[in-house]
Amino acid sequence: MAEKISLDKSDRLAVCWRSTFLQGSWNYERMQNGGYVYAMIPAIKKLYKTKEDQVAALQRHLEFFNTHPYVASPIIGVNLALEEERANGAQVDDEAIQGVKVGMMGPLAGVGDPVFWFTVRPLLGALGASLALGGSILGPILFWVVWNLVRWGFMWYTQEFGYQAGTAITKDLSGGLLQKITKGASILGMFVLGALIERWVSINFAPVVSEITNAEGSYIDWDALNEMAQSGNFGQAMHDAIAQANSGMYMDATRVTTLQDNLNGLVPGLVPLLLTFLCMWLLKKKVSPIAIILGLFVVGIVGHLIGLL
Amino acid sequence: MNGLSIILVIIIAFFAGMEGILDEFQFHQPIVACTLIGLVTGNLEAGIILGGTLQLMAMGWANIGAAVAPDAALASVASAIILVKGGQGVAGVPTAIAVAIPLAVAGLFLTMIVRTLAVGIVHAMDGAAKNAEFGKVEMLQIGAICMQGLRIAIPAAAMCFVPAEAVSSALNAMPAWLTDGMSIGGGMVVAVGYAMVINMMANKEVWPFLFIGFAVAAISDLTLIALGILGVSMAFIYLNLAEQGGSGGASGGGSGDPLGDILNDY
Repeated sequence: MAEKISLDKSDRLAVCWRSTFLQGSWNYERMQNGGYVYAMIPAIKKLYKTKEDQVAALQRHLEFFNTHPYVASPIIGVNLALEEERANGAQVDDEAIQGVKVGMMGPLAGVGDPVFWFTVRPLLGALGASLALGGSILGPILFWVVWNLVRWGFMWYTQEFGYQAGTAITKDLSGGLLQKITKGASILGMFVLGALIERWVSINFAPVVSEITNAEGSYIDWDALNEMAQSGNFGQAMHDAIAQANSGMYMDATRVTTLQDNLNGLVPGLVPLLLTFLCMWLLKKKVSPIAIILGLFVVGIVGHLIGLL
Repeated sequence: MNGLSIILVIIIAFFAGMEGILDEFQFHQPIVACTLIGLVTGNLEAGIILGGTLQLMAMGWANIGAAVAPDAALASVASAIILVKGGQGVAGVPTAIAVAIPLAVAGLFLTMIVRTLAVGIVHAMDGAAKNAEFGKVEMLQIGAICMQGLRIAIPAAAMCFVPAEAVSSALNAMPAWLTDGMSIGGGMVVAVGYAMVINMMANKEVWPFLFIGFAVAAISDLTLIALGILGVSMAFIYLNLAEQGGSGGASGGGSGDPLGDILNDY
């Protein structure tokens, strides 16, 4: 071949955009294969002109493929480089191309799942949700915009990185960077999860443990204040009430302690933490998450009926 | 809901269904889907609050490998429609959430059906590939995506045409012990998502960080952003120390700027 055929930037952008739809035809037989060939089509059209070559390329990329949808980008990048070499006459056989795909998809999915599904999305989701719970539109907007900037940036730059690095990328995988990112993400993820369990899992035990009668003078004497207000001195009564409340006096003559108050005195959020551990244990015992979810609803309803929750 | 709202809701449902499988733009995440449905039906605030609440519950729902997670798309779309039709505004959020969970299960089965049907589609692609019919392969891929969209759009359309009175009277008929109990259950269900995430990430090295986060979170003055900063800082400190330890201590710190080093390495 006299002139070198190469993929220019617009071809690579087209492939990257199409890789957005990687999982569209996800199926139980070969998983993401349809999406993969769909993403590669602009490159195949550009690189191969004879029908035999095109058929071979299409069939090559209809093989089994499955990874995290975003980390497919560096794999596609490497693949583009390999296909380009092949189209220009280099000895790149089918096994090499399939080998790169299969060899990279496992380890990369191992990075993509914890980083995107278990760190970035929960973090952004929790941040957005905490704003949304107050009714602020900023919550959803923040979540959506930041997520898509991160996602698109990641997909484009890693595809370019893969394309430029060619086969060298597989060597880099065993190097340190990706492992560092995964470990850093796990640390951040675990830290934030600990915080989220404390903040967002809510269990309140309703039973009253004790009712203690407060000593005379240690609680606000509402009757006296009432008299003061009746006699026209309303402002002074309000003032005294607030002053007494601020000085730490009890509101009522008896003070009620629920089981929850006692537990909070020990460690706030201890029960949610234990509940989370229980769920983890059940999941490890292969109990379906759906069964656990439905079970917790039943516990909530029954617990409420018997006055425990 | 008027005609225009219904059409917009069905379009949003279609996108949520597509995203339920693609997992790219995140239209299927409750915080986005519920907000959009709230927006087009004039229930913006209630939609946002519903979305935020469901988002916390759906935190660990992710499609890993060939496993299918509970379906956030159907749960968010359907519960938002019920919220709108119930006509109780923000007050209807707990009931809508209670309805969302069984729907997430129903959606799971729909997803499995569609993923099985897609086997036929890729076989048709094989046929098209034999003759280098690029257009046909592309159409099949787009068709498969539309099938995922319809998975949510059809149930959503059906729910739109159930008369509003039927929905609100059904909701009003639910006794207080049931709705209260369900919202108590909803407070606990969040733990399942967290447990799924922890099971994926946990190892001996990172466990202590969960407990640090748990203890620190009790300080209610710290916002989530502040907690995030603490977490990122600890991750960097740990990685840097681990590297120094690995290279025999002393002078292994490079330029002393871990962020810069990582960027340079990249």
